[in-house]
Amino acid sequence: MSAPVATARRPWLLWVPLIGFVLLATIFVIGLRKPDDPAISSKMIGETVPAFALPAAARDVQGLSSSDLADGTPHLVNIFASWCVPCAAEAPQLEMLAKNGVPIVGIAIRDRPDDVAGFLTRYGNPYRRIGSDTTSKVQIALGSSGVPETFVVDGKGVIRLQKIGPILPQDMADVQAALAAAR
Amino acid sequence: MIAEAGLAALWLGAALCALQLVLVVLTLMASKQVRSDVVEGSSEKKRGSEQLGPTGLVGEALELSRAIRPVAVAQGVLTLAAFALLILLFVRVDLSVLLVAQNDHSEKPFLYRFAASWGNHEGSMLMWVAILSIAGAAVALLERRLNERTLIATLGGQSAIGLGFYAFLLFASNPFARLTPPAAEGQGLNPLLQDPGLAFHPPTLYLGYVGLSVAFSFAIGALVTRDVGPAFARAMRPWVLAAWIFLTIGITAGSYWAYYELGWGGWWFWDPVENASLMPWLAATALLHSVTVLATRDGLRAWTVMLGVVAFSMSMVGTFLVRSGILTSVHAFAVDPRRGSFLLALLALYIGGALALFALRIGTVREGSRFDALSREGSLVLNNLLLSVILGIVLVGTLYPLILEGATGEKLSVGPPYFNSAAGPLALILGAAMVAGPLMRWRREDVRPLLKKLAPAAALVIVMLVAVKMAAPTIGILPLLGLGLSAGICLGSIEPLIGRNLRRTPLFTWGMVVAHFGIGIALAGMACDSAFTAERLVAASVGQTVDVGPWRVKLASVTPGFGPNWTSMEGTLEASRSGATTILRPQARYYWAPPTETSESAILTAWNGQLYTVLGAQAGEGRWQLRLWWKPFVTFIWGGGVLVAFGGTLALIGRLRRERRSAKNREAFA
Repeated sequence: MSAPVATARRPWLLWVPLIGFVLLATIFVIGLRKPDDPAISSKMIGETVPAFALPAAARDVQGLSSSDLADGTPHLVNIFASWCVPCAAEAPQLEMLAKNGVPIVGIAIRDRPDDVAGFLTRYGNPYRRIGSDTTSKVQIALGSSGVPETFVVDGKGVIRLQKIGPILPQDMADVQAALAAAR
Repeated sequence: MIAEAGLAALWLGAALCALQLVLVVLTLMASKQVRSDVVEGSSEKKRGSEQLGPTGLVGEALELSRAIRPVAVAQGVLTLAAFALLILLFVRVDLSVLLVAQNDHSEKPFLYRFAASWGNHEGSMLMWVAILSIAGAAVALLERRLNERTLIATLGGQSAIGLGFYAFLLFASNPFARLTPPAAEGQGLNPLLQDPGLAFHPPTLYLGYVGLSVAFSFAIGALVTRDVGPAFARAMRPWVLAAWIFLTIGITAGSYWAYYELGWGGWWFWDPVENASLMPWLAATALLHSVTVLATRDGLRAWTVMLGVVAFSMSMVGTFLVRSGILTSVHAFAVDPRRGSFLLALLALYIGGALALFALRIGTVREGSRFDALSREGSLVLNNLLLSVILGIVLVGTLYPLILEGATGEKLSVGPPYFNSAAGPLALILGAAMVAGPLMRWRREDVRPLLKKLAPAAALVIVMLVAVKMAAPTIGILPLLGLGLSAGICLGSIEPLIGRNLRRTPLFTWGMVVAHFGIGIALAGMACDSAFTAERLVAASVGQTVDVGPWRVKLASVTPGFGPNWTSMEGTLEASRSGATTILRPQARYYWAPPTETSESAILTAWNGQLYTVLGAQAGEGRWQLRLWWKPFVTFIWGGGVLVAFGGTLALIGRLRRERRSAKNREAFA
C-alpha cells in the first residue's frame, strides 16, 4: 500500500512526475511562442458561403441571399449594425471602396428597419443589398463572432478573407489585394 | 525618495536572501563533514561535544547556522518594508512613479488607492515575494520542533525560491521605476476592481498560495537530509494547515466577489484564474490528509513529500498562467507576455529541480508503515487519489485550449459542462469517502461495524433522494445526488462526536467535524443553486411587475445618481413575498477613468436564499433590461466555505496547543 514499496521494484516510476512536468513545460513554451490572439477567425475561409436568404433590412433596400454572391464577381460582405459604434468608423472606407466599383453587400445584425435607415442616412449607404439577420443565425453560419466584420467572397461564392473589426484606412491595401486576388 | 527607499529595501532583501542560501549550503556541507568524522570512530569527540545533542551540529557548522535565522527574519522585514513603501506611494498617488501613474487615480477613494497597489502585475509580484520571505521569516522564528539540519535545509529551499523571484522583480518587473516627467493624472484602475472585495480577496489568496512555499521547502529540506517521518510531518502540518485556511478563505471570498460583482449570478466560472487557485487548494487538501497519516501512523512518506512539492508547484504554475497572459481570462487585467519566459525559466528550475531531487532521493527514504486497505489510512489514500484525479482533470481542462492551439492551431474554450461532468461525480464519491473515513479505525477496520456506523447517514441519503425526486421530478442527476449526499455528509460528519465526552474531545477533532460539515453545507448550496434557480430576463417599463420564484418584483422607478468617480442609473425595485416588501437598488454604473460600464447588482438575502437583481441598459421607450434570479440556499455555498476555513482554524489551534502541552510535559520529565 505504501509508495516506496511500489517504487523500489519500479525505480522508473520515480521519474514519472518529472517527465509529466517536462511535458507541461513544453506546452508552456509552445504557448508562449504563440501569444494568445483573442480574435476568433472563421473556419469558413476557403469554403462556399452557406445557403441563406435574408429579408431586406430597411424599406428602400433589397434583401440578400447566398445566390446573390455567386454571380461571377467578387463581393465584400460587410457585417454591421446600427447600434455598433466602430461600424460608423469604417463607413468612409466602405464609401471609398463602393466609389471604386467594389460591390458591397451588408448583413445587419439584430437590428430594426428604422434604425438601419437612420444609420444609412447618417453615415452613407455603400451597400447594393442589405439582409436583416435578426437572430445572428447567418452571422454564426459564416463564422463571424462580432461586428463589424467583413468577408471577401469571390465570384463562385467562396470566402477568401475575413477582416475582424472595422476596415480602417491602413487596412485598405489588404482588402483591395484580397479583392484583386479573388478576381 | 520613497520609491528609492523601496527599491533599496528590495535589493537588500535580495542580497540577504542570497546570503541565506550560501550560509545554508556551507552549514550543510560542514555538518556533513562533522558527521562523517563522527562515523569514522571518534566517539569521544561526539561525547565531548556538548552542542551536538539538540541540534545535531557542531563547530563550524554550528557557528554558521546561528546566522541563518536572523538573516531570514531580516530579509522578511526588508521585503515587507518595500511592500509597505509601495502601498504608501499608491495611497499618496505619487505620479512620478510609473506604476502609480498607470494604475492609480487621485479621485479614487482611499481604500481603492490602497488596494490598487496589488491590482497590477508589479505590485502583485511584490506582494508575492513579500509573503514568500515573510513565510521564511516565520519558519525561522517559530519552528522549534524540526530537526535542526532539516530546518536549515528548509530555510535554504525557501531562499532558493526567493532568489529567483527577487530577480524577476528587480530585472523584469520593477515596481519602483520612476516616470519623468511625472504624469498629470493617473490612469485609474479597472472599475471592476473598485470593490471592497479587492482589498481583501487577493491578499488572503496570496497568503495561501505562497504560504504553501513552506510545505515545498519542508519537502526539499526533508529530501536533502533524508529525514521523513512523524516528527517531520508534525512540524509541517500547522504550516500546511495555515496556508490551506487562507487559501480556503481566499477562494470563498473570490467566489462571492465574482458572484455579486460580475452580475451574471454565477458563483464559479471554471475560468483559468479560478482554476489556478483551485488546483493548489486541491493539492493542499490532499497534503493535509496525507500528512496526518505520516504524523499518526508513519505511512505515505514518499507520497506526502511529493504532495508538498506538487502543492506549491501548482501555485507557481498558477502564477505563471495568470501573469504570462498565456491564457485569456476575465482576470486578464495585468498580463505581460514578455515576462512569461522569465517565469517559465523559474518554473523549470524549481519544479524540475524539486522533482529531480525527489526522484534521486526518495528511494533512499525508508519505507513507512503498512496498513490494510479498509482502514482510516486506506480512506485517506482514497481521498488523496480522488483529489489528485480531480486536480488532473482541472489541469487538463485548463490547459487543453493551449495544447490544442499548439498542436493544430484550432481555438476553443473548455467550459463548465466538461468540468462539471468530469469532476462532479468524483467529487461526490469523495464526499461519500469523507463520511466513511473518520468513522474507521487506524490500521484495520472490519466491514460490519463500519456499515453499522454508516447506516444512519446512508438511510438519510436515500430518504433525501426519494423526497427530492418526488418534489422535483425534473431535477438533473448531479444536483439530485449532490442534495442527497449533502444531507448524508452533514449527519455523518458529526457522527465522530457521538458517544464522546464533548468537553474532552480534542479541538482538532472538532475542527475536522466542522470542516467536513461545512463541505456538506456547501454541497447543499451548490446543488440547490443549480437545481432550483429561477431566472427572469425582461425589458420592463417603470411600474411593471415581474414574478421570479416566490417573489413579485415591481420596477418602481429609475433615477440618475453619482458617486466619487462614477455616474449611474439606479433602479428602485419593490420585492415582495407573502406581504412584506423590501426595496432593492441595482445600479448601472459608468466610470470615467478609464471609461467603463459596470452593473452593481442588488441582492436581497433571505434565510432560504438570495434574490439577485441587475439593472441593464435602457431598451428603448422607457423600458429597462432587468435580470432577476431567485437562488434558493445559494448562501450555503459560501457559508460552507467559511465553516471549512473555521474548522481548519480550530484544527490549527488544537494542534498547536497539543504541541505546546507535550513540549511542556517533555520539559517536566527532563
